[in-house]
Amino acid sequence: MAKKNHIPEVDIVVDEKAGVIREVQPETRLRSKKGHERRVNTTIYVILILMSIVWLCPFVFLVLQSFRGESGGQVAYVIPKQWTLDNYRFLFEGVAFSLKALVKDLPAIILTVITNAAGIAGMVAFLRRKPKNPFEEKSGNLKNALLVFGVLLVINVMRCVDSTNCDFVRWFMNTLTIALFCAVIQTIMVLSVSYTLSRMRFKGRKLIMNVVLVLGMFPGFLTMIVLYYLLKMMGLTQAGAVPGLILISCASSGMSYYISKGFFDTIPKSLDESARIDGATRFHVFLKIIMPMAKPIVIYTILMAFMGPWGDYVFASYVAFGHKASYNVAVGLYRWVNTNDYQGYFTRFCAGGVLVAIPITALFMALQKYYVEGVTGGAVKG
Amino acid sequence: MNDLDFLRLSKPQQFVQKLKRFFLSLPRKLAGALKGLVMRLVGLVRGLGSFLADLGRTYVKGDWKTKVSYTVMGFGSAARGQWLRGLLFFVFQTVFNLYIWFFGRTYLGKLATLGTVETAKKGRVTVYGDNSFLILLYGVLTIFFIAAFIYTWYVNIKQNKLSEMVLKSGRKLKSARDDMASLLDTQFHKTLLALPTLGVTVFTILPIIFMILVAFTNYDNQHQPPGKLFTWVGTANFETLLTSPESDVRFEVTSSTADSAMLTITAKNGDILTVNTADPAAAVEAAALTQNSKTEFTLTQQADGSYQIEVFNEAGESVSFVGKDLQTVKTPSFSYTFRQVLLWTLIWAFFATFLNYFLGMLVAIMINKKGIRFKKLWRTILVMTIAIPQFISLLYVSKMFAADGLVNGMLMNWGWISQPLPFWTDPSWARVTIIAINVWIGIPYLMLIATGILMNIPADLYESARIDGANAFQTYMKITLPYMLFVTGPYLLTSFTSNINNFNVIFLLSQGKPLGLELAGNAGTTDLLITWLYKMTVTDSNYKLAAVMGILVFVVCAVINLVVYNFIPSVKNEEDFQ
Repeated sequence: MAKKNHIPEVDIVVDEKAGVIREVQPETRLRSKKGHERRVNTTIYVILILMSIVWLCPFVFLVLQSFRGESGGQVAYVIPKQWTLDNYRFLFEGVAFSLKALVKDLPAIILTVITNAAGIAGMVAFLRRKPKNPFEEKSGNLKNALLVFGVLLVINVMRCVDSTNCDFVRWFMNTLTIALFCAVIQTIMVLSVSYTLSRMRFKGRKLIMNVVLVLGMFPGFLTMIVLYYLLKMMGLTQAGAVPGLILISCASSGMSYYISKGFFDTIPKSLDESARIDGATRFHVFLKIIMPMAKPIVIYTILMAFMGPWGDYVFASYVAFGHKASYNVAVGLYRWVNTNDYQGYFTRFCAGGVLVAIPITALFMALQKYYVEGVTGGAVKG
Repeated sequence: MNDLDFLRLSKPQQFVQKLKRFFLSLPRKLAGALKGLVMRLVGLVRGLGSFLADLGRTYVKGDWKTKVSYTVMGFGSAARGQWLRGLLFFVFQTVFNLYIWFFGRTYLGKLATLGTVETAKKGRVTVYGDNSFLILLYGVLTIFFIAAFIYTWYVNIKQNKLSEMVLKSGRKLKSARDDMASLLDTQFHKTLLALPTLGVTVFTILPIIFMILVAFTNYDNQHQPPGKLFTWVGTANFETLLTSPESDVRFEVTSSTADSAMLTITAKNGDILTVNTADPAAAVEAAALTQNSKTEFTLTQQADGSYQIEVFNEAGESVSFVGKDLQTVKTPSFSYTFRQVLLWTLIWAFFATFLNYFLGMLVAIMINKKGIRFKKLWRTILVMTIAIPQFISLLYVSKMFAADGLVNGMLMNWGWISQPLPFWTDPSWARVTIIAINVWIGIPYLMLIATGILMNIPADLYESARIDGANAFQTYMKITLPYMLFVTGPYLLTSFTSNINNFNVIFLLSQGKPLGLELAGNAGTTDLLITWLYKMTVTDSNYKLAAVMGILVFVVCAVINLVVYNFIPSVKNEEDFQ
């Protein structure tokens, strides 16, 4: 006790300039430290605000330009002198919407009946499902039913839109079709490959991984011409570019298994083993045990597969070359701004860009959590 | 030097030591690798030997069902009751035979020449000859098929051997139902991998092998099927891109009058010389000499400043004449262009990787600092550049910086500049602009990744560092950075190689422009290897050089990967993570 009292209640600070040792009262030290802290934080706030401005400006400009009424290409001011919706109106010129498309002929009727019946059955099944255990989220069923409803709605609306006379809507629909198919097929491919390589040990496993590693080092556009000819043989270029692009982007998608394999690696193997001892087949383990646990990575994979086609310019333009009706948004808008009458189309490009960016950005922001998990996990494990 | 001595050295000295060790051990490592390779080859040959011996033994010792299976695949399996397996083998064999007989045979036969019959016009009708492209493509496909057949045939024999052993030991063979069931259980990997493997084989491996082969042909816009044939040329394309330009010495008379002629000489090193001569007849003769033969020429300067030019060809014919006003024009050569583009690609990849890495980490540290509010808001704002498709954001930004764009327009309105800044027209400006805009695109990724990792650094490390009196910079250098580097080492590597192949940023921003006068093949000063490859394929139809370039990009990436993997401690053992 006595010794403790000897410790001075002050801090000793060496003031090198004055060459003296000073004693500073703790309160003063705290205050100065707080002041320092505040200065640092202010600097950081300033930097962050400046960065935010830089980051957001182009997008704000893009939106403002899309409402510009003055004709011509780029202008040297940001806020339009004349506000107008003409640019957006132009995008939708010539589009028609008719429910008749759902029942126009026998195949259409069959498709309508099957998709809607399956969708409604799915919704009902979700709504009537009882939670298996008390920990399950009660809102989960409603969410799933709403998701099914959304998909159903999108399919029906997509089929009702007649975009033969409207370039932009046509391109948008093409891209949406590609994106939806990719989201389903690529996800299945990636998950099967990553699950297999993570969970099963078989002859040739290392070989497969090494081959994929080596193949991945070849630049992607090297084989463009061969792929073009392969597609051409199947009749999937120009007019058939949309299914062609789906085929190409899905066929080799199994090669990008790395991130989801990393995720599967973190799920304890003992889970599989105990289920196997209880008599479950590998298929059941995959479907009933691993898949529910892998929800984050499944959503990440779907998100990536869905977002990819929206920015795909190179191969899409090569395959659809000269056939306007099978462009996707990237090709169409790129042509507006780079090859066509650039001056006349600049504000229309801006409007089109805004319309593409809004749904994609909204989707991304909604699922951002899963994206972050995916990229972080992928980076940490290489 | 032992470890203790090593630790006594200062940091730079330690680094030098490390480098020295690396290079000293290089011969040993190379020798080791070589030895390993030789051992593998020996193993392969031995394996092949024992494989053949095994086949022979199985034949001799096997029963008649096995023996028949050597020619009729699946017979043994079917005869022993495994009808499904037997049927599959048999169907595969039939399909293979039909394919080879009706289709593969012709293409395989022409693979050596890539076709000999030219497409010709007979009257008004075009009679198509051989199509080199299809011969090469189907030839490779046929070889794939043959390899698959040999493997399946081997599996078929092995099946017989195993079945015999099982039956001899008194056990039962698996029924078709068992086989089907096992595809969802013990053989589940086959089910899952079937479709991806097929897709990758047809749409990745086959095309890559095709393109590798194209690198050894003269497939370009001059030799484009179906109108023209192309053929094997050995390593000529590699020489074009790596060493000297392809052109031989060539003389052309560009203008001639009665008493003088203007000659252009294309020299072997890619230079073009123009020279005036008072002897038009000799000039024409020289040009004729160089038409169909390998040619050399010598230049000797006379006392009066004119040149004595002597041209001679392989056949020994020669012409000599006097020329004056010699001028040299440098022409773009592919090898020079390749080196320039490669250099810029590496510079770009370096900046795109490391600048983004450190700035992104810095931003992550700032946002995650204690006491900073609205963390989520800052993150969301930055993430906008990931969310919005690049073709919108990059195209718009590229237009913003154009000569008639918003940035220049505003600066001129404010009177800060009188001329538009040459963002996309001056090579150096364009390069810096691209790197800067890439920071805008790239920081958010790194910010997200770094945020996740920074949270994993134990807080007590910082605590103790603070107690020891370390300032922010010191904690960063001693704790944050080493931890980050260790954890994200492999990521840095992959991001470096993917930046080498970063097509979108360059293509959407500058399309490789401004074009360089001294560069060949339409290459621009901001072109990466990958965008140049794209131009060669799409604009120039110079497929042979595109193929060579693809191979070289692969080599560059592979070398970087190999070297760096030797320095990175993590990811050595995959099973460690599980």
